[in-house]
Amino acid sequence: MSAIDATEGSDDRSLAASCAVLGAAVGVFGITFGVGSVAAGGSVAMTCVMSLLVFTGASQFSAVSVVASGGSTAAALAGASLLAARNGVYGLAMSRTLRGSLLKRILAAQITIDESTAMSTAQEEPQAARVAFWWTGLSVYVFWNAGTLIGALAGNAIDPEKFGLDAAFPAGFVAMVMPHLRHRSGRRAAGIGALVCAVTIPFTPAGVPILCASVGVLLGVKKP
Amino acid sequence: MCISWCAAGGKETMTWTLVLVLSAIAYACKVSGLVIIGGRDLPEVVDRCLNLIPAALVSALVVNSTIGVGDGIVVDARAVGVVAAVLVAAKRAPLVVVIVAGAAVTAVVRAFGFAP
Repeated sequence: MSAIDATEGSDDRSLAASCAVLGAAVGVFGITFGVGSVAAGGSVAMTCVMSLLVFTGASQFSAVSVVASGGSTAAALAGASLLAARNGVYGLAMSRTLRGSLLKRILAAQITIDESTAMSTAQEEPQAARVAFWWTGLSVYVFWNAGTLIGALAGNAIDPEKFGLDAAFPAGFVAMVMPHLRHRSGRRAAGIGALVCAVTIPFTPAGVPILCASVGVLLGVKKP
Repeated sequence: MCISWCAAGGKETMTWTLVLVLSAIAYACKVSGLVIIGGRDLPEVVDRCLNLIPAALVSALVVNSTIGVGDGIVVDARAVGVVAAVLVAAKRAPLVVVIVAGAAVTAVVRAFGFAP
């Protein structure tokens, strides 16, 4: 997500502080998720359990927005799983930094997400990389789940459309896609994804356009 | 275990099946990278394709959640809000600012009755 600000050459304490601030920013996004999930027909409990267990923002938003637009559970799962797959890649990247007991790595796996990986890989020293990973991952976990609860409770009390909250999802996705547009291959994959989605919406069941858009990743077959 | 067929018929909604199956898949992805495969390298071509997943899928999610309604396309106040979000995001504004801008512009356009 775009709120990442890598702090180079700072000590562990100020690094931890900036990781915590990042977590707080994500908490606001969690509120948006909570509101959207309840608006899509989820109960407060379902919404909170999803954030606690799934804990991957993009996948959760994808699943809920597919359901909200009338897609089936299978379509929602398929798109969300593709987005979750990248956490496996992050895990590979982090496995060099996060050595230690099996239990520790099993816990670390749950917080291996966009923010913790980005913050950690932005550090030069191995010690700073570990501090950044744990502080970012844990603070995002706390704030994301607190935000989800607040949003889910508030979502029951307000009319989301009156406050434009139905546009909060696409706006959040806009912010999330921006860092991927810095490279040419990312821009082209994004362009193909958006175009394929727009063209297939009228002809396929809800949620399927997201899957069709994944043809954009095949650009990676060719060397840049 | 039913994934697709249990909710067939009426309007789809959030289900516990979705929440729990997605939880299992998401954790399996995380743990496979960090604990199971950990350290070994993937073929370069697989790596390049996986790296493009967020770009292709998230841009599709932008389109889908901006103009999609079920199986149809509708251009309404959301589209104006998302254009505002793009402009703000292009200035590298933080995530929160982008979301607030998108929602606020949509709410204003709707409140003044320019678009549904």
